[in-house]
Amino acid sequence: MLTAGCDVGSRTAKAVILKNDTILTDAVISARLDPIESAENVMDMALEQAGLALEDIQKIIGTGYGQQQIPFAHTCESEIVCHARGAFWNMPTARTIVDIGGQDSKAIKLDADGRVIRYSYNDKCAAGTGRFLEIMADALQVDLDEMGACGQTYQEEISISNQCVIFAETEVVSLINEEKDVADILNALHCSLSNRVASQVRSLLIEEDVVMTGGVAKNVGVFDALAQGLGVELKPLEGIDPQINGALGAALIAADGTN
Amino acid sequence: MTITAGCDVGSLTSKAVVMKNRRILGAAIIRSGPKPAESAAQVMAGVLEQTGLSQKEVACCVGTGYGREKIAFVDQVVSEISCHAKGARWLVPSARTIFDIGGQDCKVIKLDPHGNLEKFVTNDKCASGTGRFLDVMAKVMNMKVSDLGKLAAKSDAPVTFASVCTVFAQADVIKHINARRPVADICAGINTAMANRVSMLANTIKLEKDICITGGVAKNDGVVKALNKILGCRIKQIKRVDPQLTGAVGAALFALEKNNGDKK
Repeated sequence: MLTAGCDVGSRTAKAVILKNDTILTDAVISARLDPIESAENVMDMALEQAGLALEDIQKIIGTGYGQQQIPFAHTCESEIVCHARGAFWNMPTARTIVDIGGQDSKAIKLDADGRVIRYSYNDKCAAGTGRFLEIMADALQVDLDEMGACGQTYQEEISISNQCVIFAETEVVSLINEEKDVADILNALHCSLSNRVASQVRSLLIEEDVVMTGGVAKNVGVFDALAQGLGVELKPLEGIDPQINGALGAALIAADGTN
Repeated sequence: MTITAGCDVGSLTSKAVVMKNRRILGAAIIRSGPKPAESAAQVMAGVLEQTGLSQKEVACCVGTGYGREKIAFVDQVVSEISCHAKGARWLVPSARTIFDIGGQDCKVIKLDPHGNLEKFVTNDKCASGTGRFLDVMAKVMNMKVSDLGKLAAKSDAPVTFASVCTVFAQADVIKHINARRPVADICAGINTAMANRVSMLANTIKLEKDICITGGVAKNDGVVKALNKILGCRIKQIKRVDPQLTGAVGAALFALEKNNGDKK
């Protein structure tokens, strides 16, 4: 049985194709201006990788900010439910999920059966989202994907006093002008982002295992700072790209529905 | 005839006002430099030159604003909240609620019927609802902040934003530009988003008329119009002086009181 999940976010679009209980393939692309185009492009990519046609897929579920506009999705599911499903499937001991996406952040509490008990969702403030990192990467002229690694060699602990991305960016420009080390600034930024998200998570009362999903989980600086901030042994998803977790969840839910 | 002065050193602009008893002789506004002490000295020198006076002739000077503790030539410092309240109440004697929208912060100040400070709320953590929001949007639109207000006047259908966050709104503006929405509608949408955020700050304060607006953003008619609409009332705009000078005016009035030995 073949099912698929398509997660159209504002910065990236993701697709996962499942064959029975195994991930056949996944794809991640930068979002296009038109969510329909994003969905079609990422799905085409996944299908090509798997050597399949759209008609071969029994059921497709859409999720993410652009979910309503995915032309080939049979139904949609909320991002919260999809992220919970994906993370719990990967790690049945997961009880708290921290998802930092391109323009939002979520904290999700699960019960022992993987059902969502409570959640906190921020899509109103850019602080605590991947956007914070994007803007700072530009300011520091560092590749977004390199930020985590570059920050590892920090020496001096600097503190960024502003949480607002706009004001923090001005602070970073001052730090650059003061000739502060880029690694030190990066570490400060990772801590700042993590602190913001940690507050959001703490509002749910943390229960381990705490697992981190979403693209920002790939930034080792943020991951480590978040672990420290939460005071837990933060877990990454096992063996899969954390960025595809939403699409994975959607594909799993599609499979649930056809069983 | 007593000459007093007020000096308001903000993070973006510094303002100075010289008064002779209760008449404004001169005023100056400059961009603040990195050192508040220097900005204060510079703006004070500017207003003294304008009025042909020397520092010695100023009987009393009160400092206010973020950099007030660093001003060498002041006789007293008073908080921005108090100075804005004082200045606004003097310029609009019926004022009970004051929206002070500065370059990087926003305050809502409530006065009792006698003009005393009753309550206030401040946002200096989020760029939205401050002059910074307008600066960012004006840059994306490739126009001056003052044009945002003027062009918005032609719009009947302001564009909407998913959130008031400056970062997300900036991305939305780019989307609207790419979608070829009329410039007037985008400008009006920006002013509405700005006014929405400001009114959110006022949620914890029961607004009482008359409402007036101070700070640099008060000069943006588009934002004032949008705020009027959201609050459902007519805000009294300060016309006698540049509203950006309200804090410095209040400081100069406090200086007069101090000099005269008044308690109020």
